[in-house]
Amino acid sequence: MTLKLPIYMDHAATTPCDPRVVEAMLPYFTEKFGNPGSRNHSFGWEGEDAVDNARRQVASLIGADRKEIIFTSGSTESNNIAIKGAANMYQKAGPGEGKPRGHIITEIIEHKAVLDPCKRLEKEGFDVTYLEPGPDGVITRAMVEGAMRDDTILVTIMWANNEIGVISEIPEIGALCHEKNVVFHTDATQWVGKAPTDVNTDNIDLLSMSGHKIYGPKGVGALYVRRRRPRIRLVALQEGGGQERGFRSGTLNVTGIVGLGKACELCAAEMDSERDRLLALRKKIEDKVVSELDVVQVNGHPERRMPHLTNISFGFVEGESLMMATKEIAMSSGSACTSASLEPSYVLKGLGVGDDLAHSSLRISLGRWTTEEEVDYAANKIVEAVRKLRDLSPLYDMHQEGIDVSKIEWQAH
Amino acid sequence: MAYSDKVIQHYEKPNNVGNFGTTAEVKQRKDVGVGIVGAPECGDVMQLQIKVDDQGNIEDARFKCFGCGSAIASSSLATEWLKGRTVDEGLEIKNTQIVEELSLPPVKIHCSVLAEDAIRAAIADYKKKNGIEN
Ligand SMILES: Cc1ncc(COP(=O)(O)O)c(C=O)c1O
Ligand code: FES
Repeated sequence: MTLKLPIYMDHAATTPCDPRVVEAMLPYFTEKFGNPGSRNHSFGWEGEDAVDNARRQVASLIGADRKEIIFTSGSTESNNIAIKGAANMYQKAGPGEGKPRGHIITEIIEHKAVLDPCKRLEKEGFDVTYLEPGPDGVITRAMVEGAMRDDTILVTIMWANNEIGVISEIPEIGALCHEKNVVFHTDATQWVGKAPTDVNTDNIDLLSMSGHKIYGPKGVGALYVRRRRPRIRLVALQEGGGQERGFRSGTLNVTGIVGLGKACELCAAEMDSERDRLLALRKKIEDKVVSELDVVQVNGHPERRMPHLTNISFGFVEGESLMMATKEIAMSSGSACTSASLEPSYVLKGLGVGDDLAHSSLRISLGRWTTEEEVDYAANKIVEAVRKLRDLSPLYDMHQEGIDVSKIEWQAH
Repeated sequence: MAYSDKVIQHYEKPNNVGNFGTTAEVKQRKDVGVGIVGAPECGDVMQLQIKVDDQGNIEDARFKCFGCGSAIASSSLATEWLKGRTVDEGLEIKNTQIVEELSLPPVKIHCSVLAEDAIRAAIADYKKKNGIEN
């Protein structure tokens, strides 16, 4: 069996579109191109039917009602609408009243698409608490409870982390928020479609998801907005034609939405078997690497992690040269959006992983078409690359000679 | 990041990897100069060792590097250029020459600076061990 190189193992950054998704989308580019907002002719009705159908498919994947689904351009937009929209709607005081407009709880290892809107709100007069998870990366109900204030209006905690795959206590945090009448948003980009989700039993008010992480197209996503018990209201960011119940004006991306719907339907059908298969493959990589190398660490909680994603740090090798040595395998070091810079990952630093290890970590994320051959190849290649780089590494020599590398004071120039 | 062919060549087949003994051993050897330097920009570390004959000629050089591909290539190139020079000629190697030879992009200039620093540190160590004034 010959392997095709390079091997794609960066499914947490994006996934290929499932061919069944593409097939479902195609008619909507050409024959069925109508604007769902056109109420007076069959072209418009056709578009509307397609969007309705997709809304049902998305809702069904997360246990929601279809009226609770807002189509967006992806998780970044969903997060912005949810976080800024809820903060502005539920504020305790207006801007310029000389007191905090309200309190928001989030965590330091969120995606930038949550952190940056929170920072914006901070500038605009809200107080924000950034929780720090322990070394396992999990945010617990108790941590959120400890940060709650009388003026807390919004909690936003991601379901599964995109760099380490760690799963926080989402249903428990949701229950807490409902007890305290606080709005609860979760960025579920890396969770939905891969694990069972029910916005009612999981106590979610607002949930962000994105098509291109679940074998759908890029540039389309959804925001779930709870309509009952409690009914969540939001101040819209984008105004215009009043589409999507006024939460998100703009002509709908019908092709993308059809693709997202189909992707959700496929995920629902294949989730269980896919999860077991991916978990076995992930464990295979981890076991191989951990058994053949010393000074390695699988980051994050040992069990509360997504089946398809692992993040491993290697002592005494440098991250960029590790990527170079494993270039036939498309992986990420740190997160996809920041790996162009030489900064170690803020997520790993947030877990308290030292700079030395945070600098040399690989995020490997498997997907629907990852094969066992690919996994074996990748695991062998990584072990080989780390050995090669350690042969080159003065730090590994010192480590073997029993010198504590962290205590050396380097001669600066 | 795209690397130049020369960087890739050095990276895949680095020249003169190694050392002339353990940390403790080379400390005792007067014919060996050791430079270990770190790059504050990125936390990378380079170790360069030169072995000098009675005439003050660098007869051999070895390196180890914890760093990016450009740092590995810079140090590999440095050992190549050092061999056969006198100690003082070694000091003439400049990071700009390394940048040019390897076509390093601006963000990778500090990797070549690391190599130049390692050369200077190794030569300084040799001179100090042998009581040679600069
Ligand atoms: C957790 C998380 N949130 C948000 C995003 C942004 O999603 P999108 O690219 O669809 O805007 C990503 C993907 O990069 C992600 O992994
Ligand atoms: S030595 Fe720091 S990036 Fe090359």
